[in-house]
Amino acid sequence: MAAHGETILEVRDLVKHFPLTQGIVFKRQVGAIKAVDGVSFDLRRGETLGVVGESGCGKSTLAKVLMALERPTSGSVTIDGKDIGKARGSELKRMRRNIQMVMQDPYTSLNPRMTVGDIVGEPFEIHSDVVPKDGRRQRVQELLEVVGLNPDHINRYPHQFSGGQRQRIGIARGLALQPEIIICDEPVSALDVSIQAQVMNLLDRLQKEFNLAYIFIAHDLSVVRHISDRVAVMYLGKIVELGKDNEIYEKPSHPYTQALLSAVPVPNPDGRESRERIILQGDPPSPANPPTGCRFRTRCWKAQDICAKEEPLLQIRPGTDHLSACHFAEAHDVVHAQ
Amino acid sequence: MRNPSVETQGLPARGAHAADEPLLAVDNLHVEFHTRQGVAHAVNGVSYSLNAGETLAVLGESGSGKSVTAQAIMGILDMPPARIPAGEIRFHGTDLLKLSDKDRSQIRGQRIAMVFQDALSALNPVFTVGWQIAEMFRVHRGMSRGDARKKAVELMDRVRIPGAKQRIDDYPHQFSGGMRQRIMIAMSIALDPEVLIADEPTTALDVTVQAQIMELLAELRQESNMGLILITHDLGVVADVADKIAVMYGGRIVENAPVHDLYRNPGHPYTKGLLESIPRVDLKGQELYAIKGMPPNLLEMPSGCAFHPRCPYRRDECATAVPPLYSISGTRSSACHYWREVFDGGSR
Ligand SMILES: Nc1ncnc2c1ncn2[C@@H]1O[C@H](COP(=O)(O)OP(=O)(O)OP(=O)(O)O)[C@@H](O)[C@H]1O
Ligand SMILES: Nc1ncnc2c1ncn2[C@@H]1O[C@H](COP(=O)(O)OP(=O)(O)OP(=O)(O)O)[C@@H](O)[C@H]1O
Ligand SMILES: [Mg+2]
Ligand SMILES: [Mg+2]
Repeated sequence: MAAHGETILEVRDLVKHFPLTQGIVFKRQVGAIKAVDGVSFDLRRGETLGVVGESGCGKSTLAKVLMALERPTSGSVTIDGKDIGKARGSELKRMRRNIQMVMQDPYTSLNPRMTVGDIVGEPFEIHSDVVPKDGRRQRVQELLEVVGLNPDHINRYPHQFSGGQRQRIGIARGLALQPEIIICDEPVSALDVSIQAQVMNLLDRLQKEFNLAYIFIAHDLSVVRHISDRVAVMYLGKIVELGKDNEIYEKPSHPYTQALLSAVPVPNPDGRESRERIILQGDPPSPANPPTGCRFRTRCWKAQDICAKEEPLLQIRPGTDHLSACHFAEAHDVVHAQ
Repeated sequence: MRNPSVETQGLPARGAHAADEPLLAVDNLHVEFHTRQGVAHAVNGVSYSLNAGETLAVLGESGSGKSVTAQAIMGILDMPPARIPAGEIRFHGTDLLKLSDKDRSQIRGQRIAMVFQDALSALNPVFTVGWQIAEMFRVHRGMSRGDARKKAVELMDRVRIPGAKQRIDDYPHQFSGGMRQRIMIAMSIALDPEVLIADEPTTALDVTVQAQIMELLAELRQESNMGLILITHDLGVVADVADKIAVMYGGRIVENAPVHDLYRNPGHPYTKGLLESIPRVDLKGQELYAIKGMPPNLLEMPSGCAFHPRCPYRRDECATAVPPLYSISGTRSSACHYWREVFDGGSR
């Protein structure tokens, strides 16, 4: 797609563990939930990185750490060359302005007692130097217009809007501080099918208009494919495969990616009887106690002794042209999501 | 496995088919809710039918009346606030809405069963899953504790819960979402129903788990020649498993069609719009086709055709005349005055 600029976000060996405690009065740490466990990637200006993976693999935790809503256990997040983990005070505030988030659930993520104007304009209260007080109302109306809402509805409350409109309110708010990076955590999953396309088109248009970089988290693989330049596949806190959208969807090399893609139902009944389907057995293991070596090996049909002993690093492997964390990575044509 | 001893008099025997009656037929069903804000017409004349061994997918967006129709079939609507002012639900040709409560309860769960979307809240958290499955056999089949327990293990095996014998005394929260949904399915098929209604059985689950559950449902359906009604809003799932499809919008059926016909050549502008808005590889980077506007509000349903404010094919007539379900062929129907144009791929 569009040519992309320089790296704007650099994530290195990012780890987020949540302590598992026991005892009520004297809490003892008895372990940790390894929600994000060593994640590295770059994001370039104007680019969209899709993030896919099953429930609990750490997508939202990753988003929260990037937003500095959660402190990383270790590793670094660098925005425009500055480490957000080391920033304090006004510098942290300025960095936060540059990375905003659109949440999954348009029904609960907006405060029902605030007007649309208050919700979209709230970031200006926190970052009061961005727009002078007397210009804020007009600015909010401009933002509403940008996302396709009627600027005259500035005094309405969230319940007076439909799900798709509420998601637009969330997007307008995310744009308020003119960030360069927006993290979309399942931005269309809660919406009706007939509304999803509208919101996708809006995100697409805004990206082009403002040269935004997106991290786009979703479980709908065809939606991710449509919007992403590159895609990261996560399993149990780690990225197992990372590549351009074509590389991931046409030539997935990690068995987990292959299984994931083959499980996605194709919205076309022709030839459904002969479709190859990899049905994974069992459930993902607990992130509190992930398998040794490769985390996917307990459900993998290719697993050998080495997979239990040696953790496969995310690297380019013989026979593939993109990063894969499998000792036996091998490009494979699956019948995949459209 | 069928147990004839529970048949009630006046009800059709299992497997005894009226010659030209489908197994289950919903005919012009209306359901309304009387609320403080007014009367919500949730279901406004729904008709669909199901034969033994068949999978019918009911597709439609949130609030279109899919679940309410299913609840009416099961007889689990709270009345009031719900009311069924018109319509029939025929099971082997017998209208369930005319049966006594007692006869109805002989059918519910035994001959027509349902799997709910949210398995965690549908299972009782204070009883072990084994006890809950065994209860079906004790209550409805009068089995002894020991026998019922054996049957419960058998069923857990059948829905492929690994180590069923060891896990029978576990509580619902000790299972993953996918496992709990299997347990729900086990309970729903315990009494060997002729019709199984699965209301969004995989919406809360990951795609890999969804694939496991859909495979399981297909196998169970084949083994016992059960009719399956699958409620979903996922066009992918429908294409994968359905024999035929009923598309709902604003409490009505807008289209009935066999699966291949519907995807190849939709007969209603709503269905056509849905299919066109699916992201496709060859259209990457382009704007997606999007149905404009928003789904209707039940309390202020648009006049005429409920889809007309969003419809690219609409004419003046659509705002005033409610389209009937036009019969297009022996197996297809469409509730669009201009279905011929939609068919011809006429310009919008
Ligand atoms: N505040 C927390 N304390 C303890 N554990 C947490 C916390 N937040 C998340 N987790 C755990 O971390 C893991 C990753 O959760 P996360 O929400 O990041 O997953 P996800 O990939 O976003 O899943 P989903 O697709 O369901 O949204 C899960 O096991 C979750 O239970
Ligand atoms: N007990 C009730 N009282 C009032 N209105 C109700 C009641 N139950 C359902 N409705 C309304 O009936 C309409 C149809 O609801 P239904 O649950 O059948 O939708 P659905 O098609 O299953 O949607 P979803 O995909 O969200 O499950 C909705 O607008 C709903 O608000
Ligand atoms: Mg999440
Ligand atoms: Mg429903």
